[in-house]
Amino acid sequence: MTALRVLAGGFRMNMKMLGTSAWFLLMAVIQPVIFATIAYYMFRSGGRSGTLLYASLGAGMMGVWSSTLFGSGGMIQWQRWQGTLELGAAAPPSMGLVYLPFSLANSFTGMYALAATLLWGRLLFGVPLHFAHPWLFALSLPATVAALGLMGLVLASTFILYRHANALSNLLEYPVWIASGLIFSTSLLPGWTRPISWALPPYWGVLAIRHAALGGDVWGPLAMVALLGLACLVIGFAMFRVFEHFARARATLSLT
Amino acid sequence: MAVIEAIELRRTYRTSTGVLRRKPLEVEAVRGISFAVEKGELFGLLGPNGAGKTTTIKMLITLLLPTSGQARVLGRDVVENAREVRKRIGYVFGGDRGLYERLSARDNLRYFAELYGVSGKAQRTRIDEVLELVGLKGREQERVEGYSRGMRQRLHIARGILHDPEVVFLDEPTIGVDPVGARELRSTIADLIAAGKTVLLTTHYMFEADTLCDRIAVIAKGRIVGEGTPEALKAGVAEGRVTEIDAFGVDESTVARLRAIEGVTAVTVEEHEQKQLLVVQTAGDRELTAPLLAELDGFEVGRVSSREPTLEDAYIALVTAE
Repeated sequence: MTALRVLAGGFRMNMKMLGTSAWFLLMAVIQPVIFATIAYYMFRSGGRSGTLLYASLGAGMMGVWSSTLFGSGGMIQWQRWQGTLELGAAAPPSMGLVYLPFSLANSFTGMYALAATLLWGRLLFGVPLHFAHPWLFALSLPATVAALGLMGLVLASTFILYRHANALSNLLEYPVWIASGLIFSTSLLPGWTRPISWALPPYWGVLAIRHAALGGDVWGPLAMVALLGLACLVIGFAMFRVFEHFARARATLSLT
Repeated sequence: MAVIEAIELRRTYRTSTGVLRRKPLEVEAVRGISFAVEKGELFGLLGPNGAGKTTTIKMLITLLLPTSGQARVLGRDVVENAREVRKRIGYVFGGDRGLYERLSARDNLRYFAELYGVSGKAQRTRIDEVLELVGLKGREQERVEGYSRGMRQRLHIARGILHDPEVVFLDEPTIGVDPVGARELRSTIADLIAAGKTVLLTTHYMFEADTLCDRIAVIAKGRIVGEGTPEALKAGVAEGRVTEIDAFGVDESTVARLRAIEGVTAVTVEEHEQKQLLVVQTAGDRELTAPLLAELDGFEVGRVSSREPTLEDAYIALVTAE
């Protein structure tokens, strides 16, 4: 019960803070539009049925991933700058539990990117919004976004120990787009990259979302999303526990 | 049983210098300090910047692991039982940081209430209570980014006592706050003691320590150099005299010669624009005005006066003796 209250309280608070950040809102409006426009021009020449919706879903997921990656990584940095990281570390709940709702809130704000992408595509490019399995789409989307949030938790844990881990998060944006098949099919990538794709929740997530929209098996990819999300949760909590201990030993929680 | 116990507590920071050939560097911030704080006591850690006060408090509130030694709060080891300690303590850091700027004071408190397991029902009354206590009632819906330093400090205190902890750690809570705000904060701190809390306060303001603390430990360069009630610490230098001399252009070598005069225990120089105030502490009841002025021969000297020692003099004598 206490854990649920910490989750709900943290989620509510972070959504409130994101809602008051003019810079964040501006980025949230502009970025998906740019992603969507590029993707439509790339795919429109293909001419296959459903390709534009395929592209718009991928472009939307790119926005969700960017929001998760920079939000989750940046939140620890930002909390350190603001002097609140020590408060989270010295609170009774485990540090993983304190920062899980922040990470989830970041990825859920990314859902806006997906909605904006679909709307932009519908209004400007006439992308038809007909979903093969609307209910499964409605299930796949939050499940994928939650799994991405849990992946963000793993990334965020590295910032506890390493003050400049943002170099890592900057590196991860494009490779995850590509390895997860958000822009184009992973079948175009070399065979050795396949296991990397399989280990990424967004790979299975976008597969589930696309199958729900365009037709195909949804439950298989959805099960993988749940499994990998759970693995990220366990790994994230373990990493927070270990890194918090190291941070207390090395005094990296504060700026001074 | 003491509520807070530090036993031979040490903390060393490891860092490095250089770019290509990095040389490891060790800084001993706290060098084996021991003290005990009893229930309901307001205990002060008094020391200059960099003395190890904040490091000590951070070890006690479980934010830093000690390099060696032991610390217990309410009988629980701060390393082995960190979570149990965290539930029962509150802490307040001085300064502007440590609040969610884009949220209102009420939202900040509501979030920390969730973190500390204050039930929804209790939150409704408790948040109003602490806002009232720190004098922020009526301003609680405003965003923190618009708060003055004093208001932020009061919000820090409200956050620190929100879950009604038995022990409160205050790390320089009045730093940078204007005199009126500082007085209000001191009154809030006194209220905590009246409410039965045990408080550990760090400060480098003598007046604050003298007014508030039941007992004080003076800390310098990571070691405790004096401990006792403010009266006992003052009594330590009460047998001496303090001579204040207004002077101009006195250099370091002359100050060193003043320190070398037999019977002089400490000399500090306060710069006041062009003028200097030399504060000379002497042991016993010895009259050293003549030898002091003899050493200052050649320098322009103004008013010379003598007075009773204060806690500040006791503090300076302890800190400079290190």
